[in-house]
Amino acid sequence: MTKRHMEPIVWLLFSGGGVVAAVFLPVLVVLFGLAIPLGWVQPDYDHLHAVVSHWLTRLVLLGLLVLMLFHSAHRFRFTLYDGLQLRRLATPITVLCYGGALVGSFAALLIVLTL
Amino acid sequence: MSAPTTYRQPVSRLWWMKKRTYFMFVMRELSSVFVGWFAVFLMVMVFAIGRGAASYQRFMDWAASPIVVVVNIVALAFAVLHTVTWFVLTPQAMVVRLGGRRVPAVKMVNVAGRTVPAATVVRVGGRVPAGMVIA
Repeated sequence: MTKRHMEPIVWLLFSGGGVVAAVFLPVLVVLFGLAIPLGWVQPDYDHLHAVVSHWLTRLVLLGLLVLMLFHSAHRFRFTLYDGLQLRRLATPITVLCYGGALVGSFAALLIVLTL
Repeated sequence: MSAPTTYRQPVSRLWWMKKRTYFMFVMRELSSVFVGWFAVFLMVMVFAIGRGAASYQRFMDWAASPIVVVVNIVALAFAVLHTVTWFVLTPQAMVVRLGGRRVPAVKMVNVAGRTVPAATVVRVGGRVPAGMVIA
């Protein structure tokens, strides 16, 4: 079955996303999830726009988002399998998790390209 | 698939509430929900930045609403849990040998702690926090 051949690839994406999230996620949450919304720091919009639309930032963002989405999907799949004892629903769970990550990755690609 | 012929003891759905280490394992796995949440959050933010200053301001006003702030505080807690457990687990999954000897896990985490941007890495005094290792 093709699923067996897919397994190493999703584990690779899981690990890549795990490293990226371990290194960058806490600081991103502090900055964009708390500091800026709550007004602790107030970046100038034009400056922020210029930084985000630089091609290097777009590339990094795309890589970050895709890896994090697949990391999340892969781990959540096993959370449902083991945490909630849902292994008998393996097929729909697999389709929903990776399908969601694929849709998200495609959305990330569009957002980064049309920024 | 044929039914298993051997007896399997049914496992309760709340099996992970019985022991601290099991609980930490499930919390670690649950960090995935918040990794996904923040990936989507960032995506919407970048989209809003692309749509102009007014749209960016609307996004930040939404992000400042109490519910979103609370979700992001929880997300931060899970992000830190992920970072700590990830650096604790990596040396166990990845065996590095130097001069025929296995590099001790603590050293690898310390090296990562120095090379990786220091602000994002929580080094618990170079030691493994009790109950964090579930290999």
